Amino acid sequence: MSLFLVVALPFLGALLPGLMNQAGRAACAGITFVVSLAAFIGLLTNLPAVLAGETIKASIDWIPLLGLNFSLMLDGLGFFFAFLILGIGLLIIAYARHYLSRNDNMGAFFTYLLLFQGAMVGIVMSDNILLLLVFWELTSLSSFLLIGFWKHLPEGRQGARMALTVTGMGGLAMIGGMLILGEIAGSYNLSDILQSREAIQASPLYLPALLLILLGCFTKSAQFPFHFWLPHAMAAPTPVSAYLHSATMVKAGIFLMARLWPVLSGTPEWFAIVTTAGLITMVLGAVIALFKHDLKALLAFSTVSHLGLITMLLGTGTAFGAMAAVFHILNHATFKAALFMSAGIIDHEAHTRDIRRLGGLRHLMPITFIFATLAALSMAGIPFLNGFLSKEMMLEEANHTVLFGSPWLVPALAVFGSLFSAAYSFRYVGHVFLGPKRDDYPTTPHDPGPGLWLPPVILVVLVVAIGVAPFLAEPFVKMVTASLLGEAAEVPKAYFKIWHGLVPALYMSIAAVVGGLILLAVYRPALRLWDAAPRPEAKVIFEALIENVVKLAQGLILRSHNGAFSRYAALAMSFIILAGYYAWTTGTVGDATRTLQPVTAIAVAGWATLVAATIGLVFLHRNRLLALVFMGVIGLMVSVGFIFLSAPDLAMTQITVEVVTIVLLLLALNFLPKSSPIESSALRRSRDTVVAVAGGLAAMGLTYHFLMRDAVDQSISAFHLANSYKGGGGTNVVNVILVDFRGFDTYGEIIVLGIAALLIFALTEALLGGPVRARLLNREPDMPQAGDAHPGMMVVLTRVMMPVVLMVGFYVFLRGHNEPGGGFIAGLIVSIAVVMQYMASGFNWAAARLRYPYHGIIGAGVLIAGLTGIGSWFVGKPFLTSDFTYVRIPPFEKFELATAALFDLGVFLAVVGAVMLSLESYSRLARRSERPDTEHPIDIDPSRDDPENIMKAGG
Amino acid sequence: MTPDPTLVDWTIRFAFGAVAVAKILSLVRLIIGPTTSDRILALDTLTVNAIGLIVLLGIAQGTSIYFEASMIIAMLGFVSTVAYARFVLRGDIIE
Repeated sequence: MSLFLVVALPFLGALLPGLMNQAGRAACAGITFVVSLAAFIGLLTNLPAVLAGETIKASIDWIPLLGLNFSLMLDGLGFFFAFLILGIGLLIIAYARHYLSRNDNMGAFFTYLLLFQGAMVGIVMSDNILLLLVFWELTSLSSFLLIGFWKHLPEGRQGARMALTVTGMGGLAMIGGMLILGEIAGSYNLSDILQSREAIQASPLYLPALLLILLGCFTKSAQFPFHFWLPHAMAAPTPVSAYLHSATMVKAGIFLMARLWPVLSGTPEWFAIVTTAGLITMVLGAVIALFKHDLKALLAFSTVSHLGLITMLLGTGTAFGAMAAVFHILNHATFKAALFMSAGIIDHEAHTRDIRRLGGLRHLMPITFIFATLAALSMAGIPFLNGFLSKEMMLEEANHTVLFGSPWLVPALAVFGSLFSAAYSFRYVGHVFLGPKRDDYPTTPHDPGPGLWLPPVILVVLVVAIGVAPFLAEPFVKMVTASLLGEAAEVPKAYFKIWHGLVPALYMSIAAVVGGLILLAVYRPALRLWDAAPRPEAKVIFEALIENVVKLAQGLILRSHNGAFSRYAALAMSFIILAGYYAWTTGTVGDATRTLQPVTAIAVAGWATLVAATIGLVFLHRNRLLALVFMGVIGLMVSVGFIFLSAPDLAMTQITVEVVTIVLLLLALNFLPKSSPIESSALRRSRDTVVAVAGGLAAMGLTYHFLMRDAVDQSISAFHLANSYKGGGGTNVVNVILVDFRGFDTYGEIIVLGIAALLIFALTEALLGGPVRARLLNREPDMPQAGDAHPGMMVVLTRVMMPVVLMVGFYVFLRGHNEPGGGFIAGLIVSIAVVMQYMASGFNWAAARLRYPYHGIIGAGVLIAGLTGIGSWFVGKPFLTSDFTYVRIPPFEKFELATAALFDLGVFLAVVGAVMLSLESYSRLARRSERPDTEHPIDIDPSRDDPENIMKAGG
Repeated sequence: MTPDPTLVDWTIRFAFGAVAVAKILSLVRLIIGPTTSDRILALDTLTVNAIGLIVLLGIAQGTSIYFEASMIIAMLGFVSTVAYARFVLRGDIIE
């Protein structure tokens, strides 16, 4: 199966569980299982080629200019991880189906799970490091959703946030590291980067790149000092913990270290950082794990410890270490996932995960006892189980590792860590299953159905099989190791076997197991010692840190962003004036190239009106209604000004927008105080005056300057004028720019317009649904009301005007391509025609006659515009290529048909819908309870009292 | 060289002057008020003046391209006046 399909299947399949949610739990889990299984089988079809040592590749160009291509590759290492992700994923899905309760939204859970699965498979199969980063971030996001799946639990939300913060920051660091790496190698393709070991290690940027990438890996794989998020992520449902935090996500960092091992490892820096971090994590995690009473917390810290072990093995930089790491990844994934599932079963059955409240479960849950014990013993490193083999290899490798000049430091710490590891494994068995049977469990536990125990049992079968017959796993592990090592080193010759003879590693192993048993025997005094010892609490530190960062940000931001618009405006304006002044004084200014046009009396009169209205607005602006009246004058004069400067399109738009704006503002003003109080001091107002006057003068100066000079560079206008008719088929350049040259912009704009209108609708709808509703309904008008609500004269006038206005709208729309007009203006005209009816006969009367909801009109507009654009694909042209032709239908004159007109129709509909939806939403707020709306269009209608009409209506 | 002004030119000049005076007068009313209704009516008069101004401009320049703009003002300009008036009378312009 194509690699694309393997990666895409989980993503595509993520839609299905949500859809199947209504069909029942079995169907929902079943479809998820089938999707995963299909991807798994698809992966397996590639196995023969991978075993033959091939690297399968598939690539599509995405953004080649940025070096970002959708390139996938599958080699041994990638196959190994993908196998774990999809294989364990299947078991987890089966387990989760029985684990989730009826109250949990299963569709959402499996959707998140599949998204996560797809992102993980994407990471391990990416050939392009930028693509890998995309998938990397996707795992952070989807794991956030999974960890916080139980939204009602504060621990779940906090844990999810902590995980996202830590791994997200690591991801950011890694982006930097990857970009440096790509720059050094000259390519963002992994296969190219893996070839340039010498260049990368010789580069002066090697160390920063290494540090940044390791930050990403360490945060993701919970290495010290970033290990603290993993235990808090255990608030997630157990299937998530078993999947993300044992087998997959936390291994992503390890995977990346393994993937980049050939180019990054082998240097002293790599060795010092990675080995040290791994060792500390291993020991720290093991020690903490022993003293945790929550089963999942114990397993979480043990996972931290084992991840440290693997990191340390990769850090040594030897081929044997890498092979041991691969083997341990496999072994850890099998026994740890099984252990997590057993913890989930115990929680599910006994309703507690507190080890102090458990014990003696072997009598009640024999099946769980057997497989959990086998898995735990494997974790402790007992022979004939797979954990023993890789732990032996680890100790062997530790024996040959000299850190900081000391040959005994690594072996001693490795034994110390293993000792604690053995101790907590024994505790898991001893304090949970062994011991006397108790009678104070929250509920009496018993073995669950096979749906819950079968998946972990399958894993434990693997644990035992590899443990007894290690030669079964050997070729596979060696194949993976070979692809990990690449050309950097040879695969070691060592054979996998249980008995290596009386080697030091065996003594170390025996010491660890015996020590672990002794430690468990003296557990009570050890626990007292531990409880007495002071130790930092990661969550408290983390939250204090976050709080301080928030405080710092607030201290910085709130000074400038205090919510007062006057402050923003003053700051922005002052800055612009200063920057403009700097540019003016340091730049070169050419002489005026144009002469002043004759100053006519009429222009002066228009200018004087504009100035007078503006000054009037400044002095009267505290009366808000008057301010609106003056704004109307200014808008009108600006429209006339557009005409005067030969821009009829702009003028028409301005006029119609003015009307709609005034209606909208008056609707809003109904709910606002009618005058603005004086809130700022005299000093501040004089400061604002100075800034405002300076800004106005500066804008005037700049305008004058540009009007008197030609543009510095040739403007694009000449191109538009030359190509408008030839390329766009229209003589109205403004319209051709809107629907053709910059059609894509317009398309984006109508979408934004539609979204804005929907948002207004949503906001007012939320208001009407909330506690404000009662206040709105019982609101007393703040001004005395006079006259009729629906005066007859207005009703008659608007009804008569309606067809005329619609006709004009139609006319303006049709001529738009060649003469002033177009869809946007036509849309505004038609909206005003409809608004007139709302104003005349009231909201209810008009709404009852509304046939198509405005949401649908917006949608239809965007859809028509989009389909017009897509239409050009069918003739092999790029999106929104327009075409036109001339048609002649006798007896009419020859006329033009352009696809741009269809696009304009979309613009028209979107504008009508958006304007009407926002106006309607505002006016809904004014509905009041004490006055029911009449069904009559006119309040006073003599014909209603005419006896003849009453007879007719009655009869 | 410019041809001698015809009667049409004189007419237009006179009309421009008349409209300009009308504009200034309504502007005075707009500024001094004293009531809100006065100001709304001043705005409405200004709208009518604007129509005249645009039509005159079109005649003076010998083009019909501005015609639609004046038509739209004539057709829809009254909507804002009505909206202001409804607001003063009823508070709620769509009820």
